[in-house]
Amino acid sequence: MNFKLKDLGPQLITVVAVILVFGFFTYNAQVNMENRGIDFGYGFLSQESSFDVQFSLIEYDGSHSYFRAYLVGLLNTILVSVIGIILATILGVIVGIARLSPNYLINKFAAFYVEFFRNIPLLLQIFFWYFAALRALPLPQDADAMFGIAFLTIKGLYVPAFIWQNFNIFFYSVVAAIIAIIVIRIQAKKLQETQGKQTPVLLISIGLLLILPLLSFLIGGVKLEFEVPVLKQLATTSFIYEGGVSLPPELIALALSLSLYTATFIAECVRAGIQGVGKGQKEAAASIGLTPNQVLKLVVMPQALRIIIPPTTNQYLNLTKNSSLAAAIAYPDLVLVFAGTALMQTGKAIEIVSITMFTYLSLSISISILMNWYNKKIAIQEK
Amino acid sequence: MSKINFLKPDKTNLYTFLYLGTFLFFVSILDVLLNSFFSFNITGFLPDFLSFLLPLLIGFLGLYFIRIELSGIKKLDLLNKHINTNNFNAVLSLLIIFIILKSIPPLLSWFFVDASFAGDSKDVCTGSGACWTYIKVWMRRFMYGMYPNGEQWRINLSFISLALLGSVGYFATDRFKKYLTLYYVVVYPFIAFLFIFFFISGGPVFFDFSYGIIAAILSVIIGFFVPNKFKFYYFLIVPFGLYILLKYFIFYEEFIELGKLDGLNWVETGAWGGLSLTFIISFFCLIFCFPIGMAFALGRRSGFPLIRYISIGFIEFWRGVPLITVLFMSAVMFPMFLPADFFIDKLVRCIIAISLFEAAYVAEVIRGGLQALPRGQYEAAKSLGMGYWRMHIFVILPQALKLVIPGIANTFLALVKDTPLIFVVGLLEIVGMLNLAKTNPEWLGFAMEGYVFAAIIFWIICYAMSKYSYNLEEKYKTDR
Repeated sequence: MNFKLKDLGPQLITVVAVILVFGFFTYNAQVNMENRGIDFGYGFLSQESSFDVQFSLIEYDGSHSYFRAYLVGLLNTILVSVIGIILATILGVIVGIARLSPNYLINKFAAFYVEFFRNIPLLLQIFFWYFAALRALPLPQDADAMFGIAFLTIKGLYVPAFIWQNFNIFFYSVVAAIIAIIVIRIQAKKLQETQGKQTPVLLISIGLLLILPLLSFLIGGVKLEFEVPVLKQLATTSFIYEGGVSLPPELIALALSLSLYTATFIAECVRAGIQGVGKGQKEAAASIGLTPNQVLKLVVMPQALRIIIPPTTNQYLNLTKNSSLAAAIAYPDLVLVFAGTALMQTGKAIEIVSITMFTYLSLSISISILMNWYNKKIAIQEK
Repeated sequence: MSKINFLKPDKTNLYTFLYLGTFLFFVSILDVLLNSFFSFNITGFLPDFLSFLLPLLIGFLGLYFIRIELSGIKKLDLLNKHINTNNFNAVLSLLIIFIILKSIPPLLSWFFVDASFAGDSKDVCTGSGACWTYIKVWMRRFMYGMYPNGEQWRINLSFISLALLGSVGYFATDRFKKYLTLYYVVVYPFIAFLFIFFFISGGPVFFDFSYGIIAAILSVIIGFFVPNKFKFYYFLIVPFGLYILLKYFIFYEEFIELGKLDGLNWVETGAWGGLSLTFIISFFCLIFCFPIGMAFALGRRSGFPLIRYISIGFIEFWRGVPLITVLFMSAVMFPMFLPADFFIDKLVRCIIAISLFEAAYVAEVIRGGLQALPRGQYEAAKSLGMGYWRMHIFVILPQALKLVIPGIANTFLALVKDTPLIFVVGLLEIVGMLNLAKTNPEWLGFAMEGYVFAAIIFWIICYAMSKYSYNLEEKYKTDR
């Protein structure tokens, strides 16, 4: 009993303090809102938003609801994050491996890249690309065609649009290929564990991914056409491209700077991961007669990935959170559309900021729960 | 001389291969060099794609010929080992050398040769290079923001004195070394606070600042005569006591007169800006986020479940949201949570928001250090009869903090790099000032120069910080 009382004291004090602080805040909020005649509630989400967004993945205009505007912002955030994550991973892995190269020049070049880009604030990099570098691009009428189909201009990147016929058949063929690959992988693993035979899983996977969709073109009646953007004159000096898909310069600047910045951190994670695998492991693997490729695939990579993946996921999360800097260059992401424009129009500060924060929070917490589960799964079982 | 097999360079014809290879290698480099510096193309008579690829081909052949294992020439062996281990590496090395050669002339001409330095108006910037005149003209704004020109000596003076006071640690003799921690943790931030808020802010409260200095000096002098046993408590209490005593009881009348006479002009925080604001915000956030983070790290490892859950909630909340929304919250939502007549300055709200945000990251870093300590350390400390606080202050934290110096340095770097985000609440530090200057109708079109300038400054600050943390790590490295 005595011990419990002793334990209870500090906890009680902390809890009471927290409750007092929160109570103070909510009380003030209530008083302030009453004084200003604002009522609290999320009803505004279904009202007509009556503002326009430059760039959206789903159909949206002023007549849609605030909730739709929220979705537009969220999808734009996800779009730039996904593009950034893909580019940052590719670049980060290449630079990380280059950092370990025995070649002096490559090594130093990679080190220079890492030290250079990670010591400059991300916001400054975004401004640089958007206001300085991309402004040097040609006007639409002067732009050269890249490979005859894409146009990089000051107003953004114009690429051909895909026009599919029987798209769902193509989609099913890709799904079928992925399922087949998973089955083959499981079989190959079983085969290796029971009989020690190696199957060229990678080659089979690539082959399947190429052949099945190709079959869908040949037999399934899938057709693909390109709609190439065409220059159109609006006035004597005003030109735009019509048709195709246009990526606004904000998106390009943001994706570019996010991936260049995050790649430096991913590169360091990759380097630490590969260095973290003991030399003895490689030597032991070589001494039991594995080929260099097998050593990399069966011994080094599984151990290195265990070190690489958790911090890299953290970097992905950081990239997603950093994509909120979009607000600075007016890329319509969640913060700009919802916590910016919608907040200005409705004045519902508490509701909108809390929804925005909750969105980011649920995103990161779900990923960190996933990460903890993965960590537990791959952790070395100590005896 | 024996028969030479050009497909297989070997040691018997070492010098033939060496001269041939070196010659080809230098020809390829010379070609690129002439091409980039003098825009003269030796191989211009060839078709385009061939003339483009020729240096690479020649250089590759050259490197192929000099790749002779164990040649006996030390320099050649070193070269082969470092840039020429196999065909793939040779091509990559050549490409990097070519990229460097190609990129030097345009960079040089943009930065120096074609750049304009002189003058103080836009008219001098006619060349194709950078317009450093723009930076020169706007320098004061980039450094001090909207702070009045005539008052800027106050910022300079404060920063210089703070730098001098901060460097005390390097000059302290062994006798005073044991007080350094106390000095840096309690006294120095306090003096810095006085400097910033009474000297840079200015106004009739300036005399408060004098009390602070006098109190600090007096308490340090008296401090040497206090027995060691009470020193900690002494420095925790007496400086503040002296300050209050001085302010309200002793010199009151005299200093009010002094303050009225020599009072400095009040400069509101909205006018602060530029690089000095970056320093001020980074400095205070750095000081505040560390103890808060430490408290929550200990809370997360605490045996009391309620305290642990509150700490976890705090840490995960701040780590889960982007800083920009936190600043949004401090700007539009936080005033709603305070009594109507209660006003907190924009800058202070900003500092609180950033400190809490970074504290969560510091907490996670310190928790990593706490977890890395072997359980034996806790048990040994407990077996000596130490309580919770004694154990943590004297045994656990010194070791744990030593382990996480790189992590803490990274968090601080992130903090410095995050300061430009305060544009959200309307404070303009250097990047914000650049964006403002860029839109000035008299100085349109110099965005590039501004961003390059700011990038160089930030790069120097961050690189110096990371090198310093590396030094600290080396210094405190102890073998277990």
